[in-house]
Amino acid sequence: MTALLVAEQCLNGLQLGVMLFLMAAGLTLVFGIMNLVNLAHGSLYMVGAYLATAVFNWSGSFLLGVLFALPATLAIGMLVEVIALRRLYERDHLDQVLATFGLILFFNEAVAIVWGRTALFTRVPSALTGHIMVLPGVSYPAYRAVIILVGLAVALVLYVLVSRTRLGMLIRAGASNRTMVAALGVNIRLLYTLVFGFGAALAALGGLMAGPIYNVQPGMGEEILIQVLVVIVIGGIGSIRGALVGAVVVGMVDTLGRAFLKPLLSTTLGPVAAQSAGPALASMLIYLLMAAVLFFRPRGLFPAVRS
Amino acid sequence: MISRGRAVVLLAGFLVLAVVPAVAAMLNEPFYLDLFRRIMIFAIAAVSLDLILGYGGMVSFGHAAYLGIGAYAVAVPAFYGIESGLVQWTLAVLASAAAALVIGAVSLRTTGMSFIMITLAFAQMFYYLGISINAWGGDDGMRLARRSRLPALDLADATVFYYVVLAILVGLLWLGHRLVHARFGAVIRASRSNETRMRAIGFSTFRYKLAAFVLAGAVCGLAGALLTNQTDYLTPSYMHWTRSGEIMVMVILGGMGTLVGPVLGAAAYLLLEDVLSAWTVHWQIVLGPLLVLVVLYARRGLYGLLPGSASRDG
Repeated sequence: MTALLVAEQCLNGLQLGVMLFLMAAGLTLVFGIMNLVNLAHGSLYMVGAYLATAVFNWSGSFLLGVLFALPATLAIGMLVEVIALRRLYERDHLDQVLATFGLILFFNEAVAIVWGRTALFTRVPSALTGHIMVLPGVSYPAYRAVIILVGLAVALVLYVLVSRTRLGMLIRAGASNRTMVAALGVNIRLLYTLVFGFGAALAALGGLMAGPIYNVQPGMGEEILIQVLVVIVIGGIGSIRGALVGAVVVGMVDTLGRAFLKPLLSTTLGPVAAQSAGPALASMLIYLLMAAVLFFRPRGLFPAVRS
Repeated sequence: MISRGRAVVLLAGFLVLAVVPAVAAMLNEPFYLDLFRRIMIFAIAAVSLDLILGYGGMVSFGHAAYLGIGAYAVAVPAFYGIESGLVQWTLAVLASAAAALVIGAVSLRTTGMSFIMITLAFAQMFYYLGISINAWGGDDGMRLARRSRLPALDLADATVFYYVVLAILVGLLWLGHRLVHARFGAVIRASRSNETRMRAIGFSTFRYKLAAFVLAGAVCGLAGALLTNQTDYLTPSYMHWTRSGEIMVMVILGGMGTLVGPVLGAAAYLLLEDVLSAWTVHWQIVLGPLLVLVVLYARRGLYGLLPGSASRDG
């Protein structure tokens, strides 16, 4: 029984991990290449979730929602980049934090105006409501299993894209020396806009898959954003590989901490102390982890090479 | 030196703050007393952040943690029947200074983006700690049964409380002015412009920065003690990360690296919130883009718009 529970919680941790990775990949690319701290990345996650859910509820087809939300959020991301964020690349992090904080306020309120402040109704698409056997005797919700598969597939595609294609080469080159790439005749502004839009679409993918599991409501982006920031800081800012490792570590630590810290503590501290200390410690765990990582390796586990 | 035009503006601003209670009483609108007291409390918090953010270049994204610690230092003793303001406020200052010492000692090893994130992480830890302590209200928070009891001053009287906050704000500005123009302030500002050089000529910049960090935390703790008296309520949401963002916005909006700037910023932010929210419940949809515009086009903040803006001090 306990082994089953541990296996299930590990899968849940992995599922949270790939979700965090979808967000972290876009955020870390934008930071690594454009040197931009984008707090509004969580807003794109929220916008993606809302658009997909709205189309899903209207048409009855989850797939249609996905097919609408991804390009729509990509377009919104590119629009935001062209209107506001493009001017911030040369500014210091403080200006970027502030401007994107302003964008968060804007997006949260815009969503509240259109869909209201209460959570939007959504459900798991009917084809994926069942359970599947992942191991003999271990059944797992099909929807969550699909999330894990999608996340891993995206990680693979990203790896191939960044390390094996011409576009990826330009992206890496742009990260290490922007001026030189521009001098060689590459339209670096267009490249940046594309990368930003692509990151927005990844965030939307995370958001629309998260919808049926967590709530679709204004502010949903910030809850995950903070966790994603922890992920990329642990992984090393600007590194896709770091984002993947960091996401899985944070997903696991957070999920397993919430599931097992309280029972674990009650064996040593007694049930009364564990009742109050357990949940507190569990929600602080990833921040403790991040503080510890930064203390010993101030540039994260996989620091990106920067010139 | 402060230019003449600017001195006039400062004096006018101070006079406005000084007559708010009389005007509010005349108009029979006690709400304004409340609003301006709130502005001054956040001004204290914003000035404390600016000491490290503007003068020291330390972008702390977790300043609301001290606001929360100060609030807990008042509400928790009050909950157990200790109502003396001297005890509560001393505790608020000491506890937030101690927290800042720990946070600073770890965070100041990093710079740039990592520093922003690690200060945020510490604030989040305190936030979740606050949420999880059910005895002290947990997620919902708890009512403050009675405002802090000060000798000879009754904070339950709105006007008395107002002048106490005003006196603290003015005292802080005066001390801050002395501090940033003293040797200590010079070292902090110089570390911001060129830390390598400061180390090369023999200053332990880490110690100076840590001292400034602790000082800022302590002052913000006092603001937290005032805030919980202001709202008669304690809630962990004082430590939410958006609160840290708001305090930072006040500093930038007003003009960082000045003492008066954050006060202007706090006033502008909270007045704007008040005006816009009277006009529409969706006031943040106006405020958000406005912030973006300020960052893009008004880099020196409101203080930079005042006459005689060539000077950077205040």
